[in-house]
Amino acid sequence: MKIISCCSPQHKEISDNLPCCPKQEMPERELVPSIVSKVSAEWTWRDYLGQIRCRISSFRNSYAVKPGFYAVGSPDRESDIFVSANYKLSFDILRRALKGLNAWLLVLDTKGINVWCAAGKGTFGTEELIKRIVESRLEKVVNHRRIIAPQLGAPCIAAYIVQQKTGFRISYGPVDAWDIRQYLEAGYKATEDMRRVKFTVWDRLVLTPMEMIPALKIYAIYAALMFFIMGLKPSGIIFKDGLADGLPFFILGFLAVLSGALITPLLLPFIPFRSFAIKGWLVGSMVILIAIKYISPAMPVAAFSLLFFPLASSYIALQFTGSTVFTSMSGVKKELRYAMPVYISVAFISIVLLVFFKLNQWGIL
Amino acid sequence: MKYLANVTSLKFFSDTCTGCGRCVEVCPHAVFIIVNGKKAAISDKDRCMECGACVRNCAFGAITVNAGVGCAAAIINGMITGGEPSCGCGDTQNACC
Ligand code: SF4
Ligand code: SF4
Repeated sequence: MKIISCCSPQHKEISDNLPCCPKQEMPERELVPSIVSKVSAEWTWRDYLGQIRCRISSFRNSYAVKPGFYAVGSPDRESDIFVSANYKLSFDILRRALKGLNAWLLVLDTKGINVWCAAGKGTFGTEELIKRIVESRLEKVVNHRRIIAPQLGAPCIAAYIVQQKTGFRISYGPVDAWDIRQYLEAGYKATEDMRRVKFTVWDRLVLTPMEMIPALKIYAIYAALMFFIMGLKPSGIIFKDGLADGLPFFILGFLAVLSGALITPLLLPFIPFRSFAIKGWLVGSMVILIAIKYISPAMPVAAFSLLFFPLASSYIALQFTGSTVFTSMSGVKKELRYAMPVYISVAFISIVLLVFFKLNQWGIL
Repeated sequence: MKYLANVTSLKFFSDTCTGCGRCVEVCPHAVFIIVNGKKAAISDKDRCMECGACVRNCAFGAITVNAGVGCAAAIINGMITGGEPSCGCGDTQNACC
């Protein structure tokens, strides 16, 4: 038996739920269930819906769970402790993977963003983890001194510092939460394969909405602009001309978006060259060439299209570097060093060509 | 899948390495291996994505890397604002990852 002061200011939140205020004797064991929230390993339809909304919209920026200490199943003093971000999707994937196990979950305050990103931002870090370990009084909850942190959080957790400060030794779990069971069975050992980040067609497919949506927003502006330019006559804006002359530009522009934001990401490993800018340009060139064959626009339009649209596709494809799991900063910087001057000069040339095209159309030249 | 060859800023100094194996544990691209149970070695440099996990977790300072995000939007952002490449993850408007 031990006297517990659960009314100290730092345990305000906890003490509100405790019947023990003011000071009162209670067995130490009972402290445990009262400071943790129980979560289920099952997903409800809400969880599934949330997952889909995260994939397609900025909803994911506000999809968070409350940081703190949770229990899955009925963990005891020997149960493992898993660390998670408070991005609800990460949390959900972890708790689902822990189905049938009894474990503790330590959820860090990562401002509702996922482990990988939070690590990049620095919110998922050594300091935050140490703080949570201390606040949750982990050393009182369990007898052992092991913590399992997600491997993808490693860029921001210095395991040796956590150990120095708290006594808990961090083992990094497998990249994919599904492998956790196997990892535990192997005695906290992940195979090389479990340690590696995969980037499957499926992974890339679920990322494409986030490439398509911003690209389509720019496309809408572009289409409106093209309509305006094509319809522009000395006598004013002619609606019919805007549609008719603008049509090839609408179609080709849309194909450029598809090439850069969908086809290139999906076929990524099969497109020659390692540079994303070149990959995007290649795919864009192929698609635009085929399209021109079918649409057969006027010669100047075709020439303009072959110059402009493959590079638009290239630029959009380069944006995909932000969603991949293997591009390095030095690599992207190198690509940009070569590609940016090309993009800027072609954008400039394209504008000049359009002006000539219009002036020619108006019979000024 | 591999990205551009010979661009990574990853450097390994075997003198200070104790062979503890942390770098092998944290690297998401299996860049490091432990040779003969003694010291780490780089097995394939070009797989490195400069995430910095190995550097952060090497208690013996045997690795250095210029860690950052391999994200074009972030780097362009950084160029325009003159600051560090940032992908705006924490910000509410737009996130690239
Ligand atoms: S973490 Fe550092 S000391 Fe340990 S094996 Fe890797 S390089 Fe060597
Ligand atoms: S920086 Fe990241 S990818 Fe590169 S070697 Fe270190 S842990 Fe591996």
